[in-house]
Amino acid sequence: MSELIKKVTQLLNDKTVDVFIGYGKGSADRIRAIFVRSAEQTEKLVLNSACTQNLAGYILKQEVKHLGKIGVLANVAALRSMLQLASEFQVKDGEVLALFANPDGTLTEFIDFHSIEVFLTTTDTGITSDEQERIAQLEALTVSERWNFWNKEFEKCIKCYACRAACPMCYCHRCTTDVNQPQWIPVASHERGNLDYHLMRAMHLAGRCVNCGECASACPMDIPLNLLTYQLISPIKTGFGATAGMKADAVYALSTYKPDDKENFII
Amino acid sequence: MEKELKILKYSDLSKLIERFHAKGFPVLAPVRKGKVVEIELVESLGDIALDVLLSTQSAKKTAFPKVEKVLKYTLAKSGVTQHPVDPDTARETILFGVRPCDASGFKSLDAIFGEAPGDQFYLKKKEKTAIISFSCPEADEYCFCTSVGGGPGNTAGSDLQFTGIGKDEIFVEILTEKGKQIAAIFADLLSDSPAGIDKTKFLADVKVVFDSDKVVENTSASFNNAALWLEQSLRCIGCGACAFVCPTCACFDFQDEQNTKQGVRLRLWDSCGFSLFTLHTSGHNPREVQSQRWRQRIMHKFSYMPQQLHVVGCEGCGRCSRACPVDMNIKEHLTAIAQVG
Amino acid sequence: MEQQNIYQPYLMEIEKITEEAPMVKTFRLKFTNEEEGNNFSFRTGQFGEYSVFGEGEVTFCVASPHTRKGYIECTFREAGRVTTELASLNEGDTIGFRGPYGNIFPIDDWKGKNLLFIAGGIALPPMRSVIWSCLDQRDQFKDISILYGARSVADLVYKQELEEWKERPDVNLVTTVDPGGETPTWKGDVGFVPTILDRMKPVSENTIAIVCGPPVMIKFTFPVLEKYGFSDDQVFTTLENRMKCGLGKCGRCNVGKVFVCKDGPVFSRTQLKDLPDEY
Repeated sequence: MSELIKKVTQLLNDKTVDVFIGYGKGSADRIRAIFVRSAEQTEKLVLNSACTQNLAGYILKQEVKHLGKIGVLANVAALRSMLQLASEFQVKDGEVLALFANPDGTLTEFIDFHSIEVFLTTTDTGITSDEQERIAQLEALTVSERWNFWNKEFEKCIKCYACRAACPMCYCHRCTTDVNQPQWIPVASHERGNLDYHLMRAMHLAGRCVNCGECASACPMDIPLNLLTYQLISPIKTGFGATAGMKADAVYALSTYKPDDKENFII
Repeated sequence: MEKELKILKYSDLSKLIERFHAKGFPVLAPVRKGKVVEIELVESLGDIALDVLLSTQSAKKTAFPKVEKVLKYTLAKSGVTQHPVDPDTARETILFGVRPCDASGFKSLDAIFGEAPGDQFYLKKKEKTAIISFSCPEADEYCFCTSVGGGPGNTAGSDLQFTGIGKDEIFVEILTEKGKQIAAIFADLLSDSPAGIDKTKFLADVKVVFDSDKVVENTSASFNNAALWLEQSLRCIGCGACAFVCPTCACFDFQDEQNTKQGVRLRLWDSCGFSLFTLHTSGHNPREVQSQRWRQRIMHKFSYMPQQLHVVGCEGCGRCSRACPVDMNIKEHLTAIAQVG
Repeated sequence: MEQQNIYQPYLMEIEKITEEAPMVKTFRLKFTNEEEGNNFSFRTGQFGEYSVFGEGEVTFCVASPHTRKGYIECTFREAGRVTTELASLNEGDTIGFRGPYGNIFPIDDWKGKNLLFIAGGIALPPMRSVIWSCLDQRDQFKDISILYGARSVADLVYKQELEEWKERPDVNLVTTVDPGGETPTWKGDVGFVPTILDRMKPVSENTIAIVCGPPVMIKFTFPVLEKYGFSDDQVFTTLENRMKCGLGKCGRCNVGKVFVCKDGPVFSRTQLKDLPDEY
């Protein structure tokens, strides 16, 4: 903790960064993102097991960018988000400084994508065993059972778009669901509108989701949306050998044709 | 009317639901669904989560649903034919077991939809809803009803209010003519209330944290305080969770849906937090960045509504803060605004 | 009787379509239900929500004057979803119309005064309604001047009416196009509206100026009017913001506490100065 404060103070004092995105105390026992802009504000930084939010989404927010050079406290998901965003040309190498808090209290500093790539090869980037279990349960269901499961979940949806807003990969200036010429997705939060929206979003995240789980934790209606995108991770990996957020110069599996692509998914 | 005070036994509560059903009144009440609590039609008392602090969404959807048909038409070579959509199709319904802030939340909606020309889709449904609120024995740190003129035992907007007093007794306040009619359905279960019952002893202690008048005054003067709005909203990600769970947020959108022969126009919830909300076709956006949209949310409730409709558009239920994925805490932000200048 | 469904439009038949400029059309609309048409009235400055069934609604002012009964007109540029569909319709097709909504240009207060209309581009339509409403009772007003500018000659709308106004001895019409927008045969001025206005040396005494145009034109026109002594209550404009309901309920068109749909769209410059920068 003191290590983090010391480091961020130094980064701000020597103007390496103008704003550092970290965690601070929130309401009740919650943790929230804070935007530290001066050495005095570093005292507000908090680091504990509740600090799980993927802060990488903020590095693309217009008003945050206006504050100047960004530093961010990045967990594994945030580091992967940065690489994935880099591969999609949303962030440039060296543009954002990332700090990773090691379990032993030390910090690892990343000033370029290459060092993040190297770091991630030795880090557990997978989904938790708990999540794996839930996915296995879903996959064990028949197609119609699974269909029913999701339809029941989507019934709860109020289309507040918290999932989209919380997702670091949902940065589109105009989301497909907001395009109205033509209106691909019904805007209404009725059965069809909810289903179309969530399926569209899942498809757009296939091979891009870095399994941070922000969509599910953002959902006020407690829909386990992360399971939907997580389920698409393994088909992309086995089908195309691609994992999101591991290489800054990765080409997107689903928009690239290779002569040796497997074709067994074509029905 | 002058309110009437009665006593009801807890053990008779289930009979109320039975009798409402026998009279043909559907009963809407909070129901636990995993981690969320929804306001839904219930069969019996057993379905109702009376012990929860608040439902996840507010009760507004009973009169202002998230999707509502306002127009129906058929298309033919000869032209368009409209088929009138009757706004008055709802049945008399009992909204049971909601909190005082849910009941008083309808004040804002009444003002917005009731302002001439009245929106009958809302007004008729509201008119046909009788509200039996349960006062709050508990509150959490997101609650701030007392700072915006409400309270854990606030009766505004309720037709009847129940307060648990001791083990087996409920203190019943009959507040309106509608409430009287509903109470008549279970009059035999009511006994006269002994004089001198102080229900406040049984209510949660919700501390006043800011002066609402001061917030109204400071909000109105703070339009150009860009630093304030930016500081408060840097972590805001621009979703609509706050607006959609809010009992007073009423902003809406229209969308048409049709096949080749017929179509409908739907009225949908919308949110001032969305960037597309005010976007012009030209690309110009009067509220271009999130801090301006956050300002709109606060100013609408605490400056524009008081000035235009003579009602503060917030009940202090704290739902927006609980639902916010990034912990935007409105109580904290309003407290800060009260201290500006 | 209380209106049951305030969102239900009148059905209107497209009686006549006029191509005004590239992507710009005028529709003359008549009520398919004659009785509704007979009962309908509006005042200049008001607007409505025009429906293309299946696509949605779009907000325009009524571009025809209230002095002419039996029809209304709207002029629009093909830009978004609804206007694109609208532009694809033909004479005889049916659309919807809700309105009239909003406040009015206080032309009764302007009687006995000089009127100076200043419009840019596609903003002539809201002003055309006022111009004709005043011209249809020409003897009530003193000098009437119209300054109208567009990006290019092709972009000028209501070309036929411009000719008509030019011919009238009781109207002083000045047309201009942005530099580079002129054609070899163009006989009007070349220059931006504020520049031409300055050259016109408008007299402020007993004059009302009505300004309508893109934000940048308005921004540079107001100082010119100020220079010639126009006080804030001598200057009027009409605002537009994205709208859905038109009735002060849907929550998106407000500029500060003022809802453009029900408190506007017409504002004097005095009122405008009270509004925050949110339009």
